[in-house]
Amino acid sequence: MNQAVLSLRGVTKRFGGLVAVNAIDFDVRQGQVLGLIGPNGSGKSTTLNLISGALAPTSGEIGLRGVSIGGLRADKIAKRGVSRTFQLVRLLPGMNVEQNIIAGAVFGHRRRWGAAAKAEAARLAERVGLAGKGHMAIDQLTYIDSKRVELARALAPDPKVLLLDEWLAGLNPTELQVGIELIQSLREEGRTIILVEHVMDAIRSLCDYCVVMSSGTKIAEGTPAEVLSDPEVVRAYLGDEDA
Amino acid sequence: MDIIIIGLLLGGTYALIAMGLNLQYGVARIMNLANGEMLVAGGFTAFWFYTAGNISPLLTIFVVAPVAFAANWLIYRIMLEPLVRRAKSRGQLEVDSILATFGMSFIAVGLMLAFFGGDYFNYSYLSVPVIIMGETYAQNRVVAFASAVVICAILYAWITFSRPGLSLRALAVAPDSARLVGINVRSRAAIAFALGGAITAVGGALISSFLTLDASTGVVFTLKALIIVIMGGVGDVRGTIIAALLLGVVETLVASLIDPGLTLAAAYALFILILLFRPQGLFGRKPT
Amino acid sequence: MSSTEIQGFVFAALALLVAGALPYFGSDYVLSLGISIAMFTVLATSWALFSGPTHYISLATAAFFGLGTYTTGLGFESLPIWSLIILAGVLGAVLAALVGLATLRLSGVYFVIFTLGLAELIRQVITWGQNMTGQKGLYVLTDLTEAHLYQMLVALAALVFLVGWLIGRSRLGFALRIIGDDETVAAHSGINTAQAKVLLFMVSGAVAAMTGAILAPRYIYIEPSLAFTPLLSFQVVIMALLGGVHRLWGPIVGVIPFTLILETISANFPNQVTLFIGIVFLVIVYFIPRGFAGLIETVRNWSAWREARS
Repeated sequence: MNQAVLSLRGVTKRFGGLVAVNAIDFDVRQGQVLGLIGPNGSGKSTTLNLISGALAPTSGEIGLRGVSIGGLRADKIAKRGVSRTFQLVRLLPGMNVEQNIIAGAVFGHRRRWGAAAKAEAARLAERVGLAGKGHMAIDQLTYIDSKRVELARALAPDPKVLLLDEWLAGLNPTELQVGIELIQSLREEGRTIILVEHVMDAIRSLCDYCVVMSSGTKIAEGTPAEVLSDPEVVRAYLGDEDA
Repeated sequence: MDIIIIGLLLGGTYALIAMGLNLQYGVARIMNLANGEMLVAGGFTAFWFYTAGNISPLLTIFVVAPVAFAANWLIYRIMLEPLVRRAKSRGQLEVDSILATFGMSFIAVGLMLAFFGGDYFNYSYLSVPVIIMGETYAQNRVVAFASAVVICAILYAWITFSRPGLSLRALAVAPDSARLVGINVRSRAAIAFALGGAITAVGGALISSFLTLDASTGVVFTLKALIIVIMGGVGDVRGTIIAALLLGVVETLVASLIDPGLTLAAAYALFILILLFRPQGLFGRKPT
Repeated sequence: MSSTEIQGFVFAALALLVAGALPYFGSDYVLSLGISIAMFTVLATSWALFSGPTHYISLATAAFFGLGTYTTGLGFESLPIWSLIILAGVLGAVLAALVGLATLRLSGVYFVIFTLGLAELIRQVITWGQNMTGQKGLYVLTDLTEAHLYQMLVALAALVFLVGWLIGRSRLGFALRIIGDDETVAAHSGINTAQAKVLLFMVSGAVAAMTGAILAPRYIYIEPSLAFTPLLSFQVVIMALLGGVHRLWGPIVGVIPFTLILETISANFPNQVTLFIGIVFLVIVYFIPRGFAGLIETVRNWSAWREARS
């Protein structure tokens, strides 16, 4: 029996009168790739922000290996082993590719410095397909390469849970294939991942399990095949008239 | 009791000055640290008109307002718009505009020192007592307060009910969306900045009728206006007014009960409380 | 250590030697200029240690400096000067920590505004305290000569450069560069951003207070309006920015010409000093945002590029 690495219980976020995330429960087990899906504005990114500590939940519990992390500061959550990428790629413009990756390796869950950090950055650069690009400036990178840098930075602290916020969005069809393969290889490595995603192909081929959100509430969960054929999920995506 | 009323009278003028700064920061997104110099310039004009031509400050403001409006419009268009255009982020614009307006403030002080010298200036306008509720007050303070209230009211009504006022509010809340609904962001920002400057200069003309100013006092008013804006919440007219009245009262209390040399310390005490407990402003929601 | 670093060290050691020997060959006037330059080098370099990477503009230098002068002014009769300098450093760090904890969690604007009035605030409080106790200013009469003070400043400058170099290589320095680039990324990478900023601001505040402690005997008579002159904060900001804050050696490139020009202007046109400072501010913002250090690097890159092409 796989113990849950990350568990959410009744997690709720209110902005004034608006309930963005409403009493969400789910578990992510070791080595699982969990897809968090749903139409725009359904609260997926907010949920990710609650897990990573960008926002504090209004109520509910978030546990990482049984220890509560809900409402902690982002840096503390990162130190305990949660890494993330951002919906709009956020790199450090004043630094080159290598330093951007090292930035993830020094202060997080697993901490390295000096030669060890450099070696790890070089290994990760190769791992995500940036071999030999360590000295490039950030503004010289192609779109997919900038996403790769961000992924390598998130992997650098060897996180217990990796949160990918629409990491595949905006890639062209060829790049998309490369991107899916990259995440697939992380999954084979045994990484535990939460994927917020719109790309259906990616969800089908990558996710072990899906949680579907609509208007801040969980409306379905199960394998990708199960949830994508669930009439309520179809209604949420396409609207009532079409269902 | 009379301390509180004197404080409220002072706070009314502060409200006007802070409204000017709030327009510049809240709408045009320029942290204008030369704001106090605009105030002193307004005060200088009133002083000069009064001593040279015996013209009442209440009439002078009709000259000060359009001139300051034009001057600030030009400052925005020529000096600040290039910074807005080159800024890659809000943070960069903030740093750039802080440094640029510091530069302008030093230049303004330097010019005023060159033209008027470093002397304090004051004049005696309407310094006759009036009696309100059995207590005596200087008439110039009451008149300045009344004028500030009228101007604040007009401004508030304009911002709340008129179409251009609405577009300024839209700009303050969501500059990107404002562009989408067809608001010319740059020209509106320039108008907001100019209007803010004009209001501050008028505030200066009013304040000069009862306070002593000199070429380098501007920075003190800049600080007070900044503290009021932060206390009241950026872009919040009601908050600004209440914060200004609060500051006026606290300052007057400290000045008359402890020591007149501690007015800035009093303002800082309020500022620290706000920073520690309500950094989003008195009535602001927690940022999300 | 790389070869460029060794070169840098040798150069720095030579410069230090020459600077330290100034009292033996310079005239009194040169020595007094030397004190100004050494003082602003220390202040601007330590200012840039914090404000360079984080982009938080601190105008608190005068507050720390004044705190330092008052430490010496109140204690010179009972304690040796070196212990007062250390004490001033500790007090400066404490004040910086208090200011930092109140403001550095928030955006840069709050910080600028708070530090803008800090010196004036402390000045008002001290003046009030003096009025209550019936005191006026303080006489600081010691047997320290200008040459002593100068050499202490040069030693402090060497210390600041050493600390700056060490911070630049440390995790703290790296963390601050990340924070300056993107604070959200920094937090999500596991950096306690508020703590990192407060720590470095404490270093900067401690150094400014120590500078004030060293220089107090030079003034002989100190009073609040002299010790806490707000103009000092602006001069430091402007010299650091003029030189360039993204390099450790940047500020000194701004300090030397600015001090010399300012000295000339205040000797000949004392009323135009503010105007001059204002103009330099604008020149920096509009024409040399990366300072002289940035200009030097651009020229160097450009000539390297031309060589590569020919």
